[in-house]
Amino acid sequence: MYASEFDYYRAGTVAEAGELLRKYPGAKLLAGGHSLIPLLKLRLAAPPALIDIGRIVELKGVTVTGGTVRIGALTTHADLAASNALGESCPALAEAAQQVGDPAVRNRGTIGGNVAHADPASDLPTVLTALGARFTIAGPRGTRTVDAGGFFTGMMTTALDDQDLLTAIEIPAKQKGQGMAYVKFSHPASRYAVIGVAASVTVTGGTCTAAGVAIGGLVPTATRARSVEKALVGQPLSADAIAKAAHQIAQDLGADILGDLYASADYRKAVAPVWVKRALTAAADRAR
Amino acid sequence: MSSRIFGSGIRRREDPRLITGTALYTDDLTLPAMVHAAMLRSPHAYARITRIDVSRAKAAPGVLAAYTAADIDALKPVPCAWLLPNANLKIAGYPCMARDTVRYVGDIVAVVVAETAYQAYDALDLLEVDYDALPAVTDPKAAAQPGAPQLHADIPNNEAFHWVVAGGDIDAAFKNAEVIVKERIVQQRLIPNAMEPRAALAQWSGASGELTLWNTTQNPHILRYLTSVVTGVPEDKLRVVAPEVGGGFGSKIAAYPADFITCFCAMTLNRPVKWNETRSENYQATTHGRDHIQEVELAAKKDGTILGLRAEIWAGMGAYLSTAAPGIPTILHGLMLSGVYNLPAVKEHVHGVYTNATPVEAYRGAGRPEATFMIERMMDKLASTIGMDPVDLRLKNMIPRFENGHTVITGLTYDSGDYPAGLKKILDHVKYKELRKEQADARKKGRYIGIGVASYVEICGLGPSQVAGAIGFQGGLWESAIVRVHPTGKVHVFIGASPHGQGEETTFAQLVASEIGVDTNDVKVFHGDTDVTPMGWGTYGSRTTAVGGAALILATRKVKEKAKVIAAHLLEASVEDMDYADGRFFVKGSPDKAKTIQEVALMAHLSWNMPKDVESGLEASMFYDPPNFTYPFGSHVAVVEVDPETGQIDLKRYVALDDCGPQINPVIVEGQVHGGVVQGLGQALWEEAVYDENGQLVTGSMLDYALPRADTLCDIEVISTVTPSPHHPLGLKGVGEAGTIASTVTMYSAVMDGLAPLGVQPLRMPMTAERVWRAIQEGKAQRAEGKAQKA
Repeated sequence: MYASEFDYYRAGTVAEAGELLRKYPGAKLLAGGHSLIPLLKLRLAAPPALIDIGRIVELKGVTVTGGTVRIGALTTHADLAASNALGESCPALAEAAQQVGDPAVRNRGTIGGNVAHADPASDLPTVLTALGARFTIAGPRGTRTVDAGGFFTGMMTTALDDQDLLTAIEIPAKQKGQGMAYVKFSHPASRYAVIGVAASVTVTGGTCTAAGVAIGGLVPTATRARSVEKALVGQPLSADAIAKAAHQIAQDLGADILGDLYASADYRKAVAPVWVKRALTAAADRAR
Repeated sequence: MSSRIFGSGIRRREDPRLITGTALYTDDLTLPAMVHAAMLRSPHAYARITRIDVSRAKAAPGVLAAYTAADIDALKPVPCAWLLPNANLKIAGYPCMARDTVRYVGDIVAVVVAETAYQAYDALDLLEVDYDALPAVTDPKAAAQPGAPQLHADIPNNEAFHWVVAGGDIDAAFKNAEVIVKERIVQQRLIPNAMEPRAALAQWSGASGELTLWNTTQNPHILRYLTSVVTGVPEDKLRVVAPEVGGGFGSKIAAYPADFITCFCAMTLNRPVKWNETRSENYQATTHGRDHIQEVELAAKKDGTILGLRAEIWAGMGAYLSTAAPGIPTILHGLMLSGVYNLPAVKEHVHGVYTNATPVEAYRGAGRPEATFMIERMMDKLASTIGMDPVDLRLKNMIPRFENGHTVITGLTYDSGDYPAGLKKILDHVKYKELRKEQADARKKGRYIGIGVASYVEICGLGPSQVAGAIGFQGGLWESAIVRVHPTGKVHVFIGASPHGQGEETTFAQLVASEIGVDTNDVKVFHGDTDVTPMGWGTYGSRTTAVGGAALILATRKVKEKAKVIAAHLLEASVEDMDYADGRFFVKGSPDKAKTIQEVALMAHLSWNMPKDVESGLEASMFYDPPNFTYPFGSHVAVVEVDPETGQIDLKRYVALDDCGPQINPVIVEGQVHGGVVQGLGQALWEEAVYDENGQLVTGSMLDYALPRADTLCDIEVISTVTPSPHHPLGLKGVGEAGTIASTVTMYSAVMDGLAPLGVQPLRMPMTAERVWRAIQEGKAQRAEGKAQKA
């Protein structure tokens, strides 16, 4: 477990990080390092330089203003899980952060590094996709914002270009009558999601008026479950209605289902409705 | 003996240094001018090497040398040290480095030595090797079939040995059977996963011809002997040190090519050389465990009386025979097939088979979990076939209580046991009848609770040396200890055994303290350095307390006897009139006329006034060769709930009842049982080393190889009975492997019990959620088909 040689630079500000990225083509950003460093040690990645952004204070923390939750890209999983503000305004994300890896990973790993890596079995992208998060990116031509669908472009790929830096993620804060949950079928070895489902439902007068559902783990990139959402809206959230809606997940999964030694694609596909049902049931309980 | 110290759950003195990270492992050691070795390992399971070019690597920055097999001719092949007799044993040459053929992924092809580890690994990338890949075979039964790829030219059908255990009239048993149950059991290959990977640091003194090897070994004296054989350095000029060793579970018994190569590099370059394996290397090249395919039949009467067990086993050995490998699936497996039962007849054929895989060695339990699984699984299957409660079936066939010897059909004489008492005690503890009722109620609600019960007996305390010789073990199996009381009454203990996490620094101090009345903190235990400690045969097979502990207590008693003689002399009393209690030697009837052990120790060293013909000092040594093995036993219970929607298994309760005789330290016993149980559950539920059809290790890291984790387990309740061994001076039996031996089959039993109403066929381990789910789907389909046929 010895990485190839690389140069190390530390950026004190977002602007400095941008300059260093321009100056050292092929350099990789280092935040918590919990995706990148294992790749370096296995020599699966050998960038000429690392730019450490881990100490850029402005990129850390959770704030809630005017119905929007803003999360700095360098906020650690542990901080997400422990954040009261997040617990109140976006509990599913806190719930998911609590289930990432183990304490060592949660103490070092960051939300920005996590989503930039875009591992299909990662937890946070699924929640962010379900909740309609928006991603703020600082690039050579200024700052831009993309939604989850535009950010996660495929397996391990995102809208981030070589010289981009993800600075923040924004999520609409939880409304009255809204309940949300993240449930996860953990891989026994890696603790990544075999299947992860994030669900948000808003109930008004006993009827579901809005739903955001996404699934991850068994698909190349976190996927919005539009068919499930459609089956929920306008329905009372009875056990029957939930079970029926959950079965719609088959329509949303697409042709490319992931499998591994532990859980084949066929198996994951077959039990996906169970996990969707569990997420919806938990979210519906919390909406009441 | 004072019960004050013996039997108290004092804290492990090892833990502060382990918990605070100040313990020194092999990789923590640094020597002046030390350089680093890295091994190039084969990426192919089976291939001819057609070209190796080390020139670019040699020219790389910081590189001192790059060696291939052609350069290391001075190293002899790695010896196999268990020469199983009457088994047509065929030992394939086990070179330290592959010369023209690689036989498993991880076989060493070359070594690079450089000033830093980084430079060594950079240079590995510059080694050029061309291979002609050959078809490989990793399944042991497939490898034994005609037409399979042949690993070694002179060993037909890859058969390393064919060993048979037979007792009673097996043909009559099956002829008279009213019920025969059969099963094919796969004891999948496992990766031991010691927390510390393997490492070696070799230092050569060219001037004196002395070699020191620091190594992650469970048996430094055996390694010294084998290192002498392989390197040619005489044993008197060799020192092997096992510093802190972070677990072994059997994987650090073997002598390994990488260690000898490290020695070679140090001797050739005259620089200290360190080699530290990566976790990926550990997965590929440190020995694996288990890997049996078992085809088993049990004959019985309809009333549940068992008549005979017949089996054929294919045990994967990997590409070469590791140091102790041939004894594991034979002596430690086949001889234990009777379990805790009156089994009138047995016959088992064991085929040891070479495969294109990592060599297999002992892995916690080593042969006994595989034996216990066979008999216990067949008991469950018989119970469900004849419609009898599995507990009643066990009690019906169990060997009744015995205190001094019971010979079973395989020829072993168990030392002592009370199997029914243990089983009854654990059933009372879990309220078995009520559990069954809860299970029935849950099933009505569509919940699938499973209750698993298994009983076991294991062969431990290896063992009488005469037996070792008879079964081909190329060593003795005694242990030795030196007890040295210093002038101030503080004690140094030197043992030949080599604990590496088991806690004997604490328990052995308790033994000495209890025997001669010093404070436990006044006893320091030395182990793991061949220049410091007396000869010993190592820590494995739950033998350190059972054999080494006996040596220690007998040495301590010698010290005590001598102290008594000196005390009598000082008190001007006759030795016959002396008594002893709590560290004081006193004249019978006059407890005030006394000398403490500390006073005696001082006088023994001053030697101003010694009894006639008594030597100065206060020290004794003992070599203890046990008259028999020890046979710990017990029963375990697991309660699970199966999620029929996903196939996931929720472990709700686990209770272990183990009888290891009297317990020196019940907290350490509990810890050993916990660890053992968890490793056994790992086999049942999560772990498997998987090779693909090309012999690539697919589970090459912890991302794919699932180990048990705290959050996937429940609390483990540990209870016990106490049945002393009749032949151990303190009745101790050993407890290192007990948990592992019982827990795999207990868990298996619980899951199968939970799935019973769903009509599920036997599952292959590990019982992953998908395997359980698929079995449930097949059960459903079959029941639907059955209904359709009836209609």
